[in-house]
Amino acid sequence: MQVTSSVREPLVTGGKTYKDVTHDVSRQVEGKPTIGWMLGLAVSIGVLLLGSIAVGATVWEGIGMWGLNKTVGWAWDITNFVWWVGIGHAGTLISAVLLLFRQKWRTSINRAAEAMTIFAVICAAMFPVLHMGRPWLGAYWALPLPNVFGSLWVNFNSPLLWDVFAISTYFSVSLVFWYIGLIPDFATIRDRATGLRKVIYGALSFGWTGAAKIWMRYEAVSLILAGLATPLVLSVHTIVSFDFATSVIPGWHTTIFPPYFVAGAIFSGFAMVLTLMLITRKLFKLEDYITMVHIELMNIVIIITGSIVGIAYITEFFIAWYSGVEAEQYAFINRAFGPYWWAYWSMMTCNVISPQLFWFKKIRTSIVFTFALSIVVNIGMWFERFVIIVTSLHRDYLPSSWAMFYPTWADVGVYLFTFGLFFTLFLLFAKFFPVINMAEVKSVLKSSSEKVNK
Amino acid sequence: MERDTNFVLGIYDDEDVLKEAVTKVRDSGVKIHEVFSPYPVHGLEDVLGYRRSRLPIAAFLFGLCGTCLALTMQILMMAVDWPMIIGGKDHAAIPDFIPVTFELTVLLAAFGMVGVFMISSDLKPWAQPRIFDKRSTDDKHVMAIDIAVNAGHEENKIKELLQASGASEVNNKSFE
Repeated sequence: MQVTSSVREPLVTGGKTYKDVTHDVSRQVEGKPTIGWMLGLAVSIGVLLLGSIAVGATVWEGIGMWGLNKTVGWAWDITNFVWWVGIGHAGTLISAVLLLFRQKWRTSINRAAEAMTIFAVICAAMFPVLHMGRPWLGAYWALPLPNVFGSLWVNFNSPLLWDVFAISTYFSVSLVFWYIGLIPDFATIRDRATGLRKVIYGALSFGWTGAAKIWMRYEAVSLILAGLATPLVLSVHTIVSFDFATSVIPGWHTTIFPPYFVAGAIFSGFAMVLTLMLITRKLFKLEDYITMVHIELMNIVIIITGSIVGIAYITEFFIAWYSGVEAEQYAFINRAFGPYWWAYWSMMTCNVISPQLFWFKKIRTSIVFTFALSIVVNIGMWFERFVIIVTSLHRDYLPSSWAMFYPTWADVGVYLFTFGLFFTLFLLFAKFFPVINMAEVKSVLKSSSEKVNK
Repeated sequence: MERDTNFVLGIYDDEDVLKEAVTKVRDSGVKIHEVFSPYPVHGLEDVLGYRRSRLPIAAFLFGLCGTCLALTMQILMMAVDWPMIIGGKDHAAIPDFIPVTFELTVLLAAFGMVGVFMISSDLKPWAQPRIFDKRSTDDKHVMAIDIAVNAGHEENKIKELLQASGASEVNNKSFE
């Protein structure tokens, strides 16, 4: 049976059948690891181990190991935290928001994007936990438990506590959403496996049979989880932005922060999804599933969110001038022309100018350009957080307390550690879990492929 | 424990053929035990005559519990047990409590609903499910008909019915 659409490009190319989908996706789970994968894992674990020296030193010596000082009390740690949380946003956006909007193109990329969310949030959580100085007590301080030294509770008026609830809810709901989606695919692998693999994937598949009644409930659960996760995506980065917006520091105390942070998060998240997807499709030969259509659509999301971020930067400047508040005006002039001018202009170049290149079809449909720009965007978004945090803190109302922030080897090391952790987890996921959602791809195959064989 | 049973299985290659087949089989008075598919087939639940899932109601009720729990907890802790003036706000500063209330509402709704789904669908890591045909998680749709339940119909007639409805294969399957 030939099913083609005259109005849109197919989402799955290569004339794949249902059996081909199973085979192509299960191939790397069932086969021996490739040299490329082993090399990648070795490098990631190497970086992880190298970075763990800095994490060990921080835990042992305290956060005096970092470059923070009395003026710049937050710097790389919170920059990295916000950056990683932002990266985590694309996963839930792809799986939940696009599901609600019935965007079928999400099916090939949602699994890996959700995995990226989980791992990015784990990396993000490292920073506030380490910043607590005594992380083994951190969980106790952050939870609403009665204090043994007196019945003093956590402060529910503080955005930092809202963050604890937001991030942990986001992490656990995303994890559940991801795992529920994995169950049918684990069953597919279970039914193809023998021996120990059958036992492991049998347990992971929770006894899934594919019964129509359970599929019906599964679809209801997916849709409601998507409905719950969609405002959750918006709430998490909104709450992260409250960490800054509810303070009175010039450059932080702005109402534009919630939407601006959410757009930035989706912007950086999509850039990271693109980086990972381009590597994954090449490494696992999935070019027929993650096609140029997917890449182009993601690039379009990057143009939109990048432009929103660009407008936000300009609005911030306008409001600083329009407010007439001297401290606010100085904060923004200092950002652009002060000692951290290089960070500000790196941010502007990477985030405002580079995504605009995607208006050209030739660039947004080029693998090389997309890969390069996806990395540029992530560098830019890191600088954005750095600029907001460090330039606002290092010169505030009191010139006598002005200071500079210089990162130490421990700052760099902890950041490296999270990179190692992220890529180690992602590579393990890509090898042992089905990296593409087989069941969902099969469900759109008939209407969205070049050809479906009867 | 499930009883020893014999089934007739109709194997289908296409979802549209399957949906028509389900209608035909049900119209002939044969009771379908279950249909197994590698992916969700939209509209199949309607032709099978399944009632709409009540999981949205479960999600709503769990969400409501989350809202109540969060508000009660914050008001008790901040305004009753250890009241402190923070930033000149009321002890029970409800606007400040909205973020945590929202998060706990979502958390309980999601976990409660998924828990109900797992329990009602008997999904658990140690489950030993009956696999009617391994291809039902790969590329085929499988319609299972319990012979004992359809005692009024001859087995051969059921097989002929499945064949006529477009099944690419008709098999027998027994479980002890």
